[in-house]
Amino acid sequence: MTKLTYIAPDGATFEVEAEDGSTVMENAVRHGVPGIEAECGGACACATCHVYVDEEWMDAVGQPEAMEEDMLDFAYDVRPNSRLSCQIRVREDLDGLVVRVPERQG
Amino acid sequence: MKEAIRTDVLIVGAGPVGLFAVFELGLLDLKCHLIDILDRPGGQCTELYPEKPIYDIPAWPVISGQELVDRLMEQIRPFEPQFTFNRMVAGLERLPEGGFRATTDEGEVFEAKVVVIAAGGGSFQPKRPPIPGIEAYEGKSVFYAVRRMEDFRGEDLLIVGGGDSALDWTLNLQPLAHRLTLVHRRAEFRAAPDSVNRMLALKEAGKLDFRIGQVKALEGEDGILRGAVVKGPEGDFEVACTRLLPFFGLTMKLGPIADWGLNLDENLIPVDTERFETSQPGIFAIGDINHYPGKLKLILSGFHEAALMAQAAKRIVHPHEKVVFQYTTSSTSLQRKLGVTR
Ligand SMILES: Cc1cc2nc3c(=O)[nH]c(=O)nc-3n(C[C@H](O)[C@H](O)[C@H](O)COP(=O)(O)OP(=O)(O)OC[C@H]3O[C@@H](n4cnc5c(N)ncnc54)[C@H](O)[C@@H]3O)c2cc1C
Repeated sequence: MTKLTYIAPDGATFEVEAEDGSTVMENAVRHGVPGIEAECGGACACATCHVYVDEEWMDAVGQPEAMEEDMLDFAYDVRPNSRLSCQIRVREDLDGLVVRVPERQG
Repeated sequence: MKEAIRTDVLIVGAGPVGLFAVFELGLLDLKCHLIDILDRPGGQCTELYPEKPIYDIPAWPVISGQELVDRLMEQIRPFEPQFTFNRMVAGLERLPEGGFRATTDEGEVFEAKVVVIAAGGGSFQPKRPPIPGIEAYEGKSVFYAVRRMEDFRGEDLLIVGGGDSALDWTLNLQPLAHRLTLVHRRAEFRAAPDSVNRMLALKEAGKLDFRIGQVKALEGEDGILRGAVVKGPEGDFEVACTRLLPFFGLTMKLGPIADWGLNLDENLIPVDTERFETSQPGIFAIGDINHYPGKLKLILSGFHEAALMAQAAKRIVHPHEKVVFQYTTSSTSLQRKLGVTR
């Protein structure tokens, strides 16, 4: 199990134990993290599971692929550390990962 | 008030479930008119995943979202459904003499004996970009869609986005605009490469500006726009503009359905599983928008709901006709309706 921390816009934190292979979006939805809408259910088709990866974790998480970069064009308030959480797979070396939920998804 | 368009059944939403309802209602001689805020049929299938494969449509081992919609359109063609696109159903009221009156956001009026809400996750509505105070300019200087191109003639346009809508409107409005600037957050585009090349050619020819960046503030007063401040890779810059068109895709919002006097349960409409009727007799809800014990948000389930709903709708529209259960395979009367036999 890998520990993930979500920080809501109001500062509330949610710590969850995630199974490797699942996505950061799926764990947010399962644990009711507010602000992750995931309208398309994880198909990289809607940009409503947008998160900001904590600066310290950006290298470990890596860069989005072209399809995700395209979809990020439709996300709200995109920054250099923006990712779609349905495209981040949980794995051992992400243990302790921190992501922030934007103020809105659109 | 505009003159009412009359139909047997008004269907709110032209997603896959609304489309298939036309078929089931058509077999029972009910005429349908569908209204959707999108500019084409298909709901989520065409808007969110036209090219993605679906594997759980019975007898189609694999079919893409767009292909499913194309096949549904072909299947319902014999029933001559009427469509009104680019319109949101804003109001719905019961008429004292029976039946319903619906109005759109542009003031069109529809009267129907039965209403079927097949609104899925709600109206697809444009996403608002994170620009402080943008609401004050909406409808005056900021538009999320182009309904009449002429409205933009002679204006200084700022178009924001990198998808097909942003690029298509850049190309279509460039000849009309006094000046046009396209702003996108990066040099790559998700829009069709051909459109991007045409835009770049216009830029080379000095006919439009393309700048990389994100709009962070608007300047103007009383909803009248004068310019925008853009955060670019090398710092902020200003773009003089009188109209802003942001294209950041669509998101589903329940919208006016909440005001129609229906019982709602967390943005879903509870229905019974025999008729799929709402708390208001004569108003049905099928597909992703409804809820009942065991509900699955699947296209397959929506199709089943459409078939049962149609039986109940028939009894309302033609109360004195006896409904005989028939198969399309063997009933000549059904086949005549489908135009496959004479
Ligand atoms: C990425 C993705 C993959 C999917 N894969 C599958 C799959 O493999 N199998 C499966 O069975 N399902 C799948 N689904 C779910 C499936 O797409 C939905 O169940 C289906 O689209 C529901 O159809 P619907 O007609 O009820 O609603 P929708 O498709 O949501 O259509 C509703 C329409 O109503 C319109 N509308 C709403 N309110 C108004 C209003 N007031 N005025 C005007 N128009 C209005 C909307 O604009 C929309 O076009 C998937 C969904 C997504 C996003």
